[in-house]
Amino acid sequence: MILTRISQRFNELQAKNEPALIAYVTAGDPGPEMTVEIVAALERGGADIIELGVPFSDPIADGPVIMRASERALATGMTVEKVLEIAQEIRKHSQIPIVLFTYLNPVMRYGFDKLAARAKEVGIDGFLLTDLSVEEAESFVAAVQGVGLDTVFLVAPTSTDRRLELVAKYCSGFVYVVSRTGVTGEQSQVSSSVAPLVEKLRKFTSLPLGVGFGISSASQAAEVGSVADGVVVGSAFVRTIESTPGREVLDTIERMARDLKQGALSGRR
Amino acid sequence: MLTVPDAGGHFGPYGGRYVPEVLMSPLEELEQAYLALKTDAAFQNELADLLKNYAGRPTPLYYAKRLSEKLGGAKIYFKREDLLHTGAHKINNALGQALLARKMGKKRIIAETGAGQHGVATATACALLGLQCRVYMGEEDMRRQRLNVFRMRLCGAEVVGVTNGSRTLKDAISEAMRDWVTNVDTTYYLLGSALGAHPYPLMVRDFHRCIGDEARVQMLEREGRLPDMAIACVGGGSNAIGLFHAFVPDLSVKLVGVEAGGKGKKTGEHAARFSGGAPGVLHGAYSYLLQDNDGQVALTHSISAGLDYALIGPEHAHLHDIGRAEYVDCDDATALKAAVELSTMEGLIPAMESAHAVAEALVRAPQMGTHEIVLVNLSGRGDKDIDIYRENLKELDSDSHQPAF
Repeated sequence: MILTRISQRFNELQAKNEPALIAYVTAGDPGPEMTVEIVAALERGGADIIELGVPFSDPIADGPVIMRASERALATGMTVEKVLEIAQEIRKHSQIPIVLFTYLNPVMRYGFDKLAARAKEVGIDGFLLTDLSVEEAESFVAAVQGVGLDTVFLVAPTSTDRRLELVAKYCSGFVYVVSRTGVTGEQSQVSSSVAPLVEKLRKFTSLPLGVGFGISSASQAAEVGSVADGVVVGSAFVRTIESTPGREVLDTIERMARDLKQGALSGRR
Repeated sequence: MLTVPDAGGHFGPYGGRYVPEVLMSPLEELEQAYLALKTDAAFQNELADLLKNYAGRPTPLYYAKRLSEKLGGAKIYFKREDLLHTGAHKINNALGQALLARKMGKKRIIAETGAGQHGVATATACALLGLQCRVYMGEEDMRRQRLNVFRMRLCGAEVVGVTNGSRTLKDAISEAMRDWVTNVDTTYYLLGSALGAHPYPLMVRDFHRCIGDEARVQMLEREGRLPDMAIACVGGGSNAIGLFHAFVPDLSVKLVGVEAGGKGKKTGEHAARFSGGAPGVLHGAYSYLLQDNDGQVALTHSISAGLDYALIGPEHAHLHDIGRAEYVDCDDATALKAAVELSTMEGLIPAMESAHAVAEALVRAPQMGTHEIVLVNLSGRGDKDIDIYRENLKELDSDSHQPAF
């Protein structure tokens, strides 16, 4: 079986004992061209995997920062098709793994099979749909895994052992561990439930585990990097994109990524 | 047809459980707690007692003689949910779920509200049971349903204005879900319509099925036969599914749901999901959804805040597809006219939502024979809508107004 770009990346990192830095940005915020440049800046700073957010009108799992980014992106006319074009543009210059991160409805509207084929064609590597439970995921997983791309699902602190095992079965590439109950957004502390949840999940899967929700600082990245295979940072990047005007954002975001990656690495020493 | 939903909460292909993983185990827990109480005699007795002695069930079945004779067709009967405590059917479900929350040991209740009727019902049930209550309401709805905001506060609830998106019911549900995702350990989400992830559409239907169950018995007592048609308005669809449920196996009873036609379907400003939407997922359920070609949820419009929502309850989608129920829509102006007609002919001032169902009865009854019967769910009274009526019926609000007689 051919390894996906996501699996390859985790294998490379694991050989070096490095946690992955997984960076989320909302596609089209502040504009499609800037998203391509922002992703390049994140990669220069040390991001290993990109979660490219497709904005949705009713993002129930997101806090105010990503909600605002979604509104801005939608206001510029962002659609699934346009996010595919952004991914294609990124792929011209980079081999960084890209996960399309969104809600179910825009994907359903596009059509699972059609989207899986197009995603494969433009160089997207996997999908994560926050409001798709594994119970409802059969046809989606068949379409995406059918073309050799990864399906990432969430596990949460509320997931029972039965659910951890079930969700892991539907995952490929990695499993996304939600660090705490709540919507996306920065927190002052990493939830104490992370380490035990990661430890418990290891019993059910050998896939890499990425931990996200609420991580924004190097020290938090260190804490998470010491137990997980990947550290996901989203709202902190999106907030910086929101508050930094013009092209200045590119240097700022590169520095942030470097700082977070160093933090994550320090967790392994 | 009679065994819906399945174990996963599916009505045909619709419904289901489309939520972030954080909510999956809590929904499983809720389902188990609910199913256990469904057959728990003590729980059912307590609920029955509250429905009878606190809320005012059973509600009357009223024959609207003057209106029927004027229209010259079918006899029109109204199921008088408008007479219930708090002014609408919503209290049936609010009491049921609040009791369930208490049994589950949850002390904090959150709810969304559109027209404010569910918010008021929830605030009322929480006051009754001594539970903490927070209600999310779109700022646009707070403006147009000011009276209900005050009623909730008077009952001790906190009303949180939602400023996202269209500032209506859809955004209030999103915000309530964000709260629930965050505080799921301590908090019970008391959803007010037959929407959302399983088991909500099932549970809300069950708590409202008394509407149809009572009406069916009452009709048999009064007329010795079933109605030929049952009509209800449909936002999320709780009052309609409550009325329809008892009649689903009675194939001689035509079921008609009335959606909000808003400013007219051509304008795009409406909430007619069956004619203007396509299946999609919003707030945990798969059903007919008003959306654009990119899968973004469309903005809706209705003069009635309670019908102003982009997704129809999943069981209605199923009843629609299997041809068991018919869904039509009624625009703002027609609903207003129907409200005036019912008020002047029968002295019943309907809620703006219920006026949509009344409007359909005004169309259907004259096309039917005098031996036929139309049953209409008068789901709420119009007290909360007096400002909207005044705003839209300026000629009545003038001292030079000429009375009907």
